[in-house]
Amino acid sequence: MKISRFLKTVFMLDFLRGLIIAIKEMFKPKKTINYPFEKGKISPRFRGEHALRRYPNGEERCIACKLCEAVCPAQAITIESSEREDGSRKTTRYDIDMLKCIYCGLCEESCPVDAIVQGPNFEFATETREELYYTKEKLLENGDRWESVLAANIKADNPHR
Amino acid sequence: MEYLSILFSETYKILFLLLPVLVSVAMIVWLDRRIWAFVQKRKGPNVVGPFGLLQSLADALKYIFKEIIIPASSNKIIFILAPVVTMTLALVAWVVIPFSEDFVLADINVGILYIFAISSLGVYGIIMGGWASNSKYPFLGSIRSAAQMVSYEVSIGVIIINVLLCVGSLNLSDIVLAQEKIWFVVPLFPMFVIFFISALAETNRPPFDLPEAEAELVSGYQTEYSGMMYAMFWLGEYANILLMCALGSILFLGGWLSPLDIFPFTIIPDPLWLIIKILFLFVLFALVKAIVPRYRYDQLMRLGWKVFLPISLIWVVLTSGYLMYFDLLPKN
Repeated sequence: MKISRFLKTVFMLDFLRGLIIAIKEMFKPKKTINYPFEKGKISPRFRGEHALRRYPNGEERCIACKLCEAVCPAQAITIESSEREDGSRKTTRYDIDMLKCIYCGLCEESCPVDAIVQGPNFEFATETREELYYTKEKLLENGDRWESVLAANIKADNPHR
Repeated sequence: MEYLSILFSETYKILFLLLPVLVSVAMIVWLDRRIWAFVQKRKGPNVVGPFGLLQSLADALKYIFKEIIIPASSNKIIFILAPVVTMTLALVAWVVIPFSEDFVLADINVGILYIFAISSLGVYGIIMGGWASNSKYPFLGSIRSAAQMVSYEVSIGVIIINVLLCVGSLNLSDIVLAQEKIWFVVPLFPMFVIFFISALAETNRPPFDLPEAEAELVSGYQTEYSGMMYAMFWLGEYANILLMCALGSILFLGGWLSPLDIFPFTIIPDPLWLIIKILFLFVLFALVKAIVPRYRYDQLMRLGWKVFLPISLIWVVLTSGYLMYFDLLPKN
């Protein structure tokens, strides 16, 4: 036992075997994705950039219940609301500080009307901090832009909720 | 006037050696990263230039434009001097490397001693950097590095004695010419292996990269360095690696000699053979980096003092005994 171990050490058999494995691995296909040109697959549950959705008739979904504001562990959401002429309660202000946000998805989960959602977009880096203080307009615009994907994702995830 | 012309011609020669060395250092960094990536099934740098060849150039440009931060509590003169020393010493040693029989900048008789002396001095750059940073990680890193380089220098010295016994000259060109019959890697193969491993330790390469073990020491003696000074440490380190590869190919792999003196081999010019051999050794360096985990400090010391030193000492006795018994000692 000891002699075989000694011989193994002296002739560096483990090292040689490692070397052969390394050389074999070198010629195998690479796992790398050429990121900006190729992108990995994203699950429907992916928690990326936030968006506020609308009903198909153009009405905002958000009813200003402030559940998301209450549940937000990072306290990144600020909501102010008032009564509109037609008597419905709507937000006058819906801000998310994307720098505070920890992308936990609790706002999306707490929302009773699927208004605030986290979409598949994760490439929203900016050059200044100010651009990451999202307002209601920005969030609604996001919702309009991503609506088809968002609706599909919610539908895909629905059976598991 | 004559003095000036000598100065100019010498400067020209030095630039002719230095620029290729610096460019190849940049290329070798790229090669190192590529090989490392390939073993791990990654692609490595492949965006800047064809196959990412210009990546090192882009990195160097970035380093040049970065701010150099000098810690307030550091010893400023030594702090600035350390990367300069490291890089200068790594480049200065190239002067005696013979690329072919008549293509060597300084054909001095004690070439191997000169390289040995310069590479021993190399540790000063690291110690100075670690000490002058006045911070704990660089300090620990530099102490480790000093201990490591001193330990392995001993066994490298004894290995070189083995080769010198067979050659009978300290001149690097003579060492290469002595291998015309057979490369020393064949009769002295164990010494070649030990030389290779010691060279890894000498240049702080993985698995002996304890001085900059990022898990424990952030990045060792380079921690406080930034911008161009960091790049100079980097350049010096890789120039040193190349130098060790060159030394290995000259001592054991027959330097500029072609493996067989027949047609397809003789068509390749001599300097190219040396470069091919250096590249071969460097690819081994890079592969080792990819496959071997880092040694613990006590394992490193045990390997250096309890394994390599006795083996190479015994081999000196064996070599000299063999040469004496068969009366093969070189006479001149």
